[in-house]
Amino acid sequence: MIEILLRVIIGGIVVSAFAAIADTLKPKSFAGLLGAAPSVALATVVLTVKEHGAMYASVEARSMILGAAAFFLYASVASRLMIRKKWPALPVSSLALLLWLGAAIGLWFGFHKLMS
Amino acid sequence: MRIQINIAALKRSKWQEYLARFIFGGAVTAVAGIIAKRYGPEIGGLFLATPAIFPAAATLLEKHEEKKRRAESGRELRAHELAGVDAAGAAMGSVGLAAFAVVVWCLSPHYPLALVMVAATLAWFAVAVAMWLARKIVWRNLRARFRKRSHQPGVVRKLSGRKPSHP
Repeated sequence: MIEILLRVIIGGIVVSAFAAIADTLKPKSFAGLLGAAPSVALATVVLTVKEHGAMYASVEARSMILGAAAFFLYASVASRLMIRKKWPALPVSSLALLLWLGAAIGLWFGFHKLMS
Repeated sequence: MRIQINIAALKRSKWQEYLARFIFGGAVTAVAGIIAKRYGPEIGGLFLATPAIFPAAATLLEKHEEKKRRAESGRELRAHELAGVDAAGAAMGSVGLAAFAVVVWCLSPHYPLALVMVAATLAWFAVAVAMWLARKIVWRNLRARFRKRSHQPGVVRKLSGRKPSHP
C-alpha cells in the first residue's frame, strides 16, 4: 500500500512538473515534445531498481521501446484527427488511448512471436 | 519560429487543472507498477511509455486557446488545430522516449542508477529535439519546393484538375 502511495505521489509530481514546463514553451510543436516526456518511467524505474534490482528494470525498459513505438502511432493519429478532421482534443486524446493500448500489446505479441 | 519560454503562462492554469494532472499522472504511475507486479516486467514495461501527460495537456491547451480566441478574433489557428500541432510534437518526442528506454535497457545492469537516469534523460531530450529540428527542416524544404512548383501553370492544372485562372 505504501509503495502504491509512493508511486502516486512521485508520479504525480514528475508528470505535473513536465506538464508545467510544457505550458511555458513556445512554439506548441516544441512544447509537445514534453507530452512524450519519460515521466512515468522516471518515477517508476528508481523504485523498481530499489525493489527488484537493475536486471528487472532493464527488462521493463526493453518493453518500453515497444510502448514508445505505440506512442508514436497514438500521437500521429491524434494529430491528424485534430488538424485534418478538426476533431476536439478531449475525445481524440482519450479514445486514442485504446489505440495506444492495442498497438503496444500487438507489438509485444508480434515481437515475441518473432523471437520464438 | 524561435523557441521561447513564457513563465507567465503558468498563471493561465487553475489549481484544479494542476490537481487533475497530479492525480492522472500519479494514477498512471501506480497502475504501471501494479501491472508490472501482476503480469511481470515485460508487460509492465509497455506502460512506462503511457501517454500520461498528453491527454490532459492537449485538452487544457485547447480550452485556453478557445478562451484566447474568443477574446481576440482572427487568430490564425483554431484551438483544436493547435492541440494537433502539440500532438505532432509529442510524436517527435516519442522517438526520444524510445531512446530513453534503449539507454536504460543497455546501461542499467552495468552502471549506477543515478548515472543511467541522467544519461537516459539526456538521450530523450537530445533525440526529441533532433527529431523536432529535422521535421522542421523537411517541412520547410517541402513547402518551398511545392510553392516553387505551383507557380508553374502546368502543375497548377495537374494539381487542381482545371486550367489556371491566370495566364
